[in-house]
This record gives sequence, structure tokens and C-alpha cells, in this order.
Amino acid sequence: MSGSNGTTINVTLKVWRQAGPDAPGGFEVHQQAISTDASFLEMLDQLNEQLNDDGNEPVAFESDCREGICGTCGVMINGRAHGPQKATATCQLHMREFRDGDEITIEPFRAAGFPVVRDLAVDRSPLDAIIESGGYISVNAGAASDANLTPVPKAAADTAFDAAACIGCGACVAACPNSAAQLFTSAKIGHLGLLPQGQAERWSRTEAMVETMEEFFGSCTNHGECSEACPKEISLDFIAFMNRDYLKAKVKNRSLAGQR
Amino acid sequence: MDKNGILDNKVPAGSLADKWENHKFSMKLVNPNNKRKFDVIVVGTGLAGASAAATLGELGYRVKAFTFHDSPRRAHSIAAQGGINAAKNYPNDGDSVHRLFYDTVKGGDYRSREANVHRLAEVSVNIIDQATAQGVPFARDYGGLLDNRSFGGAQVSRTFYARGQTGQQLLIGAYSALMRQVAAGSVELHTRSEMLDVVKKDGRACGIVVRDLISGEVTPHSAHAVVLATGGYGNVYFLSTNAMMCNVTAAWRAHKQGAFFANPCYTQIHPTCIPTSDDFQSKLTLMSESLRNDGRIWVPTAFDDARAAADIPEDERDYYLERKYPAFGNLVPRDVASRNAKTVCDEGRGVGPLKNGVFLDFGAAIARDGHAAIAAKYGNLFDMYQRITGENPYEQPMRIYPAIHYTMGGLWVDYHLMTTVPGLYSIGEANFSDHGANRLGASALMQGLADGYFVLPYTIGDDLADLLGSPAVPTDDPVFTAAVAGVEDEANRWLSINGTRSVDHFHRELGRIVWDRIGMARNKAGLEKALTEIPALKEEFHRDVRVLGSADTLNQSLEKAGRVADFFELAELMARDALEREESCGGHFREEHQTPEGEAQRDDENFAHVAAWEWHGGDTPQTRHREELTFDNVALSQRSYK
Repeated sequence: MSGSNGTTINVTLKVWRQAGPDAPGGFEVHQQAISTDASFLEMLDQLNEQLNDDGNEPVAFESDCREGICGTCGVMINGRAHGPQKATATCQLHMREFRDGDEITIEPFRAAGFPVVRDLAVDRSPLDAIIESGGYISVNAGAASDANLTPVPKAAADTAFDAAACIGCGACVAACPNSAAQLFTSAKIGHLGLLPQGQAERWSRTEAMVETMEEFFGSCTNHGECSEACPKEISLDFIAFMNRDYLKAKVKNRSLAGQR
Repeated sequence: MDKNGILDNKVPAGSLADKWENHKFSMKLVNPNNKRKFDVIVVGTGLAGASAAATLGELGYRVKAFTFHDSPRRAHSIAAQGGINAAKNYPNDGDSVHRLFYDTVKGGDYRSREANVHRLAEVSVNIIDQATAQGVPFARDYGGLLDNRSFGGAQVSRTFYARGQTGQQLLIGAYSALMRQVAAGSVELHTRSEMLDVVKKDGRACGIVVRDLISGEVTPHSAHAVVLATGGYGNVYFLSTNAMMCNVTAAWRAHKQGAFFANPCYTQIHPTCIPTSDDFQSKLTLMSESLRNDGRIWVPTAFDDARAAADIPEDERDYYLERKYPAFGNLVPRDVASRNAKTVCDEGRGVGPLKNGVFLDFGAAIARDGHAAIAAKYGNLFDMYQRITGENPYEQPMRIYPAIHYTMGGLWVDYHLMTTVPGLYSIGEANFSDHGANRLGASALMQGLADGYFVLPYTIGDDLADLLGSPAVPTDDPVFTAAVAGVEDEANRWLSINGTRSVDHFHRELGRIVWDRIGMARNKAGLEKALTEIPALKEEFHRDVRVLGSADTLNQSLEKAGRVADFFELAELMARDALEREESCGGHFREEHQTPEGEAQRDDENFAHVAAWEWHGGDTPQTRHREELTFDNVALSQRSYK
């Protein structure tokens, strides 16, 4: 490696390998010398290059933007979703967070709702199913009125944004001891439920999304691990918001005309 | 194309401002009950694809949407930071549809089609309304109304933004609109499905062939029309600010089925990216252009000055942009800032351990406004920089260097956004369309959503109306069987080469050639060299690449092999296109063609046209066709930033 700021460290990687969803998995151990300037995923790139050179199949892992915004990446690093650095997706983690001689265990996100596809890649499509069940405002293209017709108090807009920052990576589910998806679901419910544009469908949306979530994921027992692991630091307050709205929705959605 | 080989852009007659309105009336309609008789395939679910699929579904068409991502919320539109332009004129500062049109044509260095750009400016206002109604949390002022900022040197404030995550929020809006149609049953969604061929019957696009990235299964899909919204080709450079999976494959396979590829040499360099730090770097990270509002760009006056920034006294620093362009200073356009950074680094005055960057210094701004004020403005960007480089930009200047960011070239389309293959459309960054030779900041999101929400849904009906009563070609037709076999054979071919070097190895090597020869500055000798280097490396690639594993499982090397093969062919065409365009314009800078001040020198007499290339098979070079560009509403001028 040509001269850079970084120094080279030697790490021992314990990497999860699994040929397919139903195949048995296990750890493979590799020694890796790596510049501390490299990102964590560039370290895996180099491991794969080496494996390929040696005639072994590379480790499957997912990533795309490598800027922490698309939500494609995500692995368990030493038991933590996205690894040790706070507010940082796996792709933005750099090797300077590790020390020479470290042993690093790399596993896929572990959750019943996220079956392993291969090696470190998992299937997170249940998150799309939750959005499909109601995570939108029903407005056809062309039907919108002028954007400034409805003022939105700045505080509401800002809070809605805090929720909307969710990148859909699924770290919250992976970090949760119950594999619950409350933080993900509440981020969308909070985002839309806080805006005037989202009011018409607020109660039906909440009910549908929560109940779809429960088909795939476990229950929330307020550990708070989700928010701790979230690369966008989405607040637990949104779960409280969602729970409150779900309760109200159950009352409001009763099929008595006078209750609506 | 007419008999003289000139492309017909199908721009309607009439005055510029009335064309689109009049044309919407004159186009044929498909009545609501008949729309459900038409199948439309949309490939790609970024801003353009998701908005098109959602809107076509809302209209009642039977839509099949395909993405190679695991979810339609991942496309690289999501990484756009700055904002989206619209001619709303909320700030009352003199903006108008005509001004946005004018700025876009001028910014594109007079190499775009007037009628398309005007239509883009017209529908820009509808995009903001639509996105707001969907719940996109644009920035607001204390009265609760939408906030705007000036962006990329524009003289009016027309940019709407959502913190530094405008692309993300707009994509989430389009994605949720799409998922609503999936729930409604009007859109059938196929994730982890990569399009690997366009299928034609009797000259018309009738479907696509797709490989399931998990099972490896190759399947045919039939439709009355096919829409490609598959993004740009910046990753031909290997290192770019694009996401890892961005590629040209869908567009390129369409090109090989007869769709002309336009202006491939128009690529955009972004001046403020983090320089590379080692040979295994996988991608480059963009730092928002807004940093140039407060940062001062400089390099040491002396060559090979290895001192730390703080140890270099003021009189030994060269603030070269402020020196050369006193009026615009550090805010000169992207291409000018980029080329000047290259010049000083080529001279040996670059900074950092690899001497491959220039300083972007916030020292003066922090001294003037205070640490807190700068942190409030740029805190998230400074944090990102520190996370990547390990350096604290509050204490030492950032290091930046230009990187490939966007590609203006792409599939040639007419006013209806149809390619030269009937029934095949291209929208968003994948087409060559509206940005000419250079795209303005905050205009990519605008174009992707304009095409998807407000242009294609109108124009596609005009073509489909004539097909009423004819069912889509069945997928057991021989044209599909042959195409499926072709795609399966390709996968097996990669697996059987069993060479010695990885796909990434070849991609990285190709990227070096393309960056050196067809990068920020091009010249005849370099381009001719590229035309021998690229085929030589391509030959090695096809002989010596090593793709392990099998075709019936997730195999990321196999996916990449096909994409890199297409990049090789594209790179050759880029070099030829750049060689033939004997002028400089926008992102295409030919060193032979510059003003005495070192600015791009256009040749309007000979090159005010679009170059659109026609494929003739792998062994015969593409032929170059032209679409003449006429400018009736703007006067062509030489850009100057002195």
C-alpha cells in the first residue's frame, strides 16, 4: 500500500459463512493486515480479493452507497449491529476504530424476520411489507395543491424529519433481544403522523402498520438497544408516539359511525 | 431518423412556452378502462423509476417494476445531498420558469435541447407540490412555509432542501408512492432482479430478460412498453461518488439492441470530494458543494512543500481560485474549480500524504464567525470528514480533490423520452436529455422526478393508444426463448474462463485508464492511447478473469463480471466520442480547445449538435449520428468568471 496517514494493523477475522438459507453455517478464520485508513468494508473487499486469488469463493455481503444513507449494508461486528462506533453504519466504520491484534467477529444481522440469504447477506423484505401496509400518504401525481397552502410549524417539520431520517437498514431489529421492529415502524408512523398532510390516514395507517409488523417481528420490551444501534440515532420517543396512536386508533377505528 | 440520417427529436411546433401545454392536448389518450389492458415494465426504482412506476400504476396501467436492490428504497438517488430546484419564486427574488430554463441551457454550455429544458422548468413547480403532499419534510422557516437557498452559484434562491438529505427524502416519498401501488395491486414489484437484456419483436421493444440475483433463475417478462430508469455510468471510472452497484448494463444492453447512445463523453466532475488514501479504496465520498461558501481553497506556493498546513505562513500560500477569478473566487463553477485543482496537483503542489489534494480551509471562517456558527452550518459534514479521514477539520484544513459524480450522456431519447427503439423509453440520469454538457447543482433530482411524475405518464399514452387490441407478445415466443438462452450462456461463460485475476482487479485497471485519458481534461494523443489500451485490457479481461462459484446462487462476482464487461465497451465509445468532439464544452474539456484564459472553447458552428452512436455488433465500430441543436430563445455566449 502506498504511503498514507494510516498504519497497518493485523487483525483476526471470524467470519460467518453460510451457503444458503437452509444450509448450516459456521465461522471461518482469516488473518488480515490492513491500513487503519481503510473502511471496514474495504477490509472485507481485500479479504475477498485474497480469497478469490486463492481459489476460494468470496464472502457475500451487501453494501451500496458506502456513505451511510442507502441502508443496504449492515453486519454484526463483535455482537453489535453496525459495530462499535455510535451513529455509524457499517460502511462508514473505519479500521482506525480497531487495534493491532484485535479479533473481530463478523456475523449477519440475526433475527427471525431476517432469514440469511448467504454468508452476511439477509432478507429484510418484511420492512417493505410494513411500508406497503400503510407507510404512505395517498396522493396521486397531479393531485397536490400548492406546497405553501398548508404551513407546517417548524418544530413539527423538524421532528418529522428526525423520524424520516431512518435508512431502513434493520439494525434496530438486529440489536433487539426480541427482534422487534418497533423503532423502524414508529419512525415512519411518527414521520407521517406529525405532518398535517398525514392526518387523514393517521389512524388507519397506524393500525395497519403495527399489525403487519407483528406478523414478522417480536414484541418490544423497552430495552432501548434499537436506538443505541441506530446509525441515525432515531429516538425511542417515536415508539411512545406509535403506542399512543395505536391505542387511540383501536378506539377510533371501531366501526361505529359516531366514534370516527 | 430521416433519410439523411438526422435524428428526429419530435419536438412539437409552436412557441417555446406553449409547446408542452399544446402537445399535451394533441397527444392521443388511452381511456381509463383501456389502461388496464396495457403492461408496462419499469426497470430501476430510483427517483425516476419509482415515480414513473407509481404514477403509471395510479393511472391504471399494469406495471411491473424491477430493481436489483433488495428494496426499492436503496437507489443512489438517495445520496443526493444539496437540494432540488424549482421555479416557484417563493422568495420573490425574480425567478421564473423562463429563468430556470435559461440558467439550465446556459449551465449546460448550450448543448441541450431547448424544448425539453423548458418543459423541465415548467413541471419543476409541480414536483415540489407533489413531494410536499407525500410528506417530504422540506426545510421550513418559522412561519411554517418552505425555505429556499441559493445553490451552485445561482443568482436566485430556488433550491428546496431537506437538511443535507434531500435525495433521501424525495426517494422515500417516491418509494412510498410506489409501495402504495404495490398494495393496490397495480404494480408488481420484483426486487433483487437484474435486467440483462431488452427483447424486441418486429423492431419494437416487447419485454426484458431478468436474472434473479438470489436463485440465478433467468426469466422473460413481456410488456407493451419498457422504461429504463437505470441511472448513470460514473462507475466506468471505478472510483466515483456513485454507489458500488451503479452500472451501465441495462442502458448498454438496450444500446446493443438498437438504442442510440448519446454524448457518452459528457461526464461531470465534482470538485469537493475526499482524496483517495490507498490503493484499495472502493469509492469516493462527496462533501457538499456548500462548503465552498465559507472555505478557502489553497495550496503551498512552493513545490513539494511537506510542512503541515499550520506551519505554512500566509505569504507562502496560493489561494489560486481567488487569485485567478477575483469576481467568483472559490465559488467558480464545478468544472472550473476541478480543473484548477488538477493543474496545481499536476504541478507538484498537491497536499496530503499522497500529494493528491488541495486544502479547503475554514480557519478564516472560524475566526470570523466562531466555532459554533460554523458547526451549526456544516457540523454533519465535518463529522463525516473526520470519520473518514481521522482528521479534525476545525483544527486543520480539509483536503479535497475532484471526482466523477454524474454523467450527462446516456440513451438518446426524443421529446417523448422514447429511445430509437420503438416502445423503449429512458428516463432520469439514464437518458442524455436535459443537462447538455454540464448539469447544474440541484437539477438531477428535478429531472428524475419530472420525467417520472409528469412527463412520461403523458407521452407513453400517445404511443400505447395505437396498440389497443394487440396483446403483449407471449413469453414463450422464440424472441424470448433466444434472449433467455443468451443470458444463461453469458453467466456460464464467465464461470468457465477460470483465469487468474478478479473482476475488481480489471475494473480498477480500466478505471485508471478512463480517469487518466477521459477524465477532467482530454487531448488527442491521450484519447488515441485509450483506444489501444482499453481494447487490450478488455481482451485480457475476457481471457483471464476469475469468477468462482456457481450461477444458481447469490454470486456477486458473477454479477460484477457482466457489468464490467459493459463498462469496457462503453469506455471505448467514450474515448471515440471525446476524440470526435473537437471542442470543449461543459464537462468535456479538450486541452486543444481553450481560450487564452484557459476556459472551455466551444465550437458552435461545427458542434452544436448531439452525437448519438448506433451499435453495429461487437466487431464493427458504432456510427455517429447527429441531432442538430437550435437555439431560438437564448443567445449563445462564452462563459466567463473573472
